[in-house]
Amino acid sequence: MHLSMLLDMAAEGFGDRVAFGSKPDGLTYAGLRRAAARAAAWLSSRAIERVGLVDVNSVAVPILLYGSSHARLPFVPVNYRLGDEQLRAILARTAPSVFVVDDAVAGRVGRIDGVELVPVTRFFAELATSSSDAVPAPDGNPDDIAVLLFTSGTTGEPKAAVLRHKHLGSYVIGTVDFMGAGEDEAAMVSVPPYHVAGISAVLTSVYAGRRLVYLPAFTPEAWVALARDEAVTQAMVVPTMLGRVLDVLARDDERLSHLRHLSYGGGRMPVPVIERALAMLPHVDFVNAYGLTETSSTIAVLSPDDHRVAIAATDPAVRRRLGSVGRPLPTIEVEIRDPYGIAVGDGESGEIWVRGDQVAGEYLGRSDATTDGWFPTRDEGVLDDGYLYLAGRLDDVIVRGGENISPREIEDVLVAHPAVADVAVVGLPDTEWGEKVVAAVVVAERATVTEAELQAWVKVSLRSSKVPQDVTFCDALPYNDTGKLLRRVLRSELAALRRDRREGARSGSG
Amino acid sequence: MLLKPGTRLKSAVCATEVVVVRAPADELDVRCGGEGMVLLSAPDAPGGSIDPMRAEGTLLGKRYADEDLGLELLCTKGGDGSLSLGDTVIPVKGSKPLPSSD
Repeated sequence: MHLSMLLDMAAEGFGDRVAFGSKPDGLTYAGLRRAAARAAAWLSSRAIERVGLVDVNSVAVPILLYGSSHARLPFVPVNYRLGDEQLRAILARTAPSVFVVDDAVAGRVGRIDGVELVPVTRFFAELATSSSDAVPAPDGNPDDIAVLLFTSGTTGEPKAAVLRHKHLGSYVIGTVDFMGAGEDEAAMVSVPPYHVAGISAVLTSVYAGRRLVYLPAFTPEAWVALARDEAVTQAMVVPTMLGRVLDVLARDDERLSHLRHLSYGGGRMPVPVIERALAMLPHVDFVNAYGLTETSSTIAVLSPDDHRVAIAATDPAVRRRLGSVGRPLPTIEVEIRDPYGIAVGDGESGEIWVRGDQVAGEYLGRSDATTDGWFPTRDEGVLDDGYLYLAGRLDDVIVRGGENISPREIEDVLVAHPAVADVAVVGLPDTEWGEKVVAAVVVAERATVTEAELQAWVKVSLRSSKVPQDVTFCDALPYNDTGKLLRRVLRSELAALRRDRREGARSGSG
Repeated sequence: MLLKPGTRLKSAVCATEVVVVRAPADELDVRCGGEGMVLLSAPDAPGGSIDPMRAEGTLLGKRYADEDLGLELLCTKGGDGSLSLGDTVIPVKGSKPLPSSD
């Protein structure tokens, strides 16, 4: 299940179709195979063990992904938004390597032993003038490492998740029909190349024969404009993007008639946002996808039909599915387990464990995280009637007076309040309870609300231990650039705020 | 021969190539066009011909599977012969496409 083999199939089956870019002047599948083979020759002339990219999305992503696969080297896309020191440290860990980089990167990180930095403009120029014949595609080993992805690293030193050809290949073959896309289909990718969804989008689009267009830097205006200009039929967004896209569509009275399919994932989608999306774009199929870097992307989906049935339902048990991540893929086994690793019953909460050919669960330089193929995700969830509900990261659970409280449940209640635009709930140290429940709230435009009103609002639906003891109002919550809430950052900000207040009170009284 | 996921085979009598997606841990007699398939890396041995009873053809990108046995092959190059396990035809696996999530 080597990735090079999948590209060979695409070039063989529909070589003249445009794979990347606009229809009139884009790169075809046959062209991509030639470029990948030429990139492989370029790579093979170097004494390296890894191939990287530090840049926004461009056609360099598929060329390097398939080129490194062809040359049997791991591909390492790295976050260009990292601070200079962190970027330097990560690049140093990949030596000996070559990195194709944004022109500014070399100046930012300086010289690194064993790491050659090649500006992306020079990379393209050298490929174009290369006279070296592409090496024939070797009969690759499915156990080879295809991609290394440094996880967002909200705790400690970033880990490099290992995805082998067999994992990514199984995901592609198991979930996508070869040449399943019509000639008019086009997917827009706005997630960055160092996100697993940025990699899986390339692989599945190539296998399906679906043209892919990149939005290198997300703004909701640019997203809508590109979707319209390129007649985009499908796209994937993270939750923070969708709300902003809907605002632009409403303002411009645009409904993107070509758009047929919108998937979302990578974080918690507030139910009010997806309800609004379903109402505004009735011609679009919505899919909620749940997956992790370590599982080669998607492992469960809430299908378009699930969305339609849930939104139309009067039965609360069916309606509730809109807040689920749907059902596991047929190729994936899911179990909910207690802290001792024992499976719990339907409807009971615990850690989500997964198994399947696409599940890697492996990090560079660390022991395998799987047991008999089962990978503990560190996500808390419930399986109910076949549908998977996420409660959040296990590491985010608040322990108040011996009671385990999932922030997610409180957040879902608060975000349904009309004056709340965004909310996050965290635990802060408390002398009486061990931890106390604290909410950070962004108030909606032109709305006002008080702490007491929000506390009363929560108390209507949840028991009193889950009512936030403090509500802090703020302008925005801290997210990383792929839409993940940075709870650790928020916790330390809130803790600092409380310290300041205490000191302020002390100096005020003294 | 013994097969494992990732093993690539070619037909001895037509252009067909396949990759093993799943396989049981048993010796299997996988044929194409009536002749035993060989490893992709094996030298070409011209001369054979397709058994007319095994000439339905294979299609690029289709999966061929014997669900009971746990064998699944993906066609990576189409040809004129048809796939069989001994004398038993390996049928095309029906697909239920999943909604795209990428």
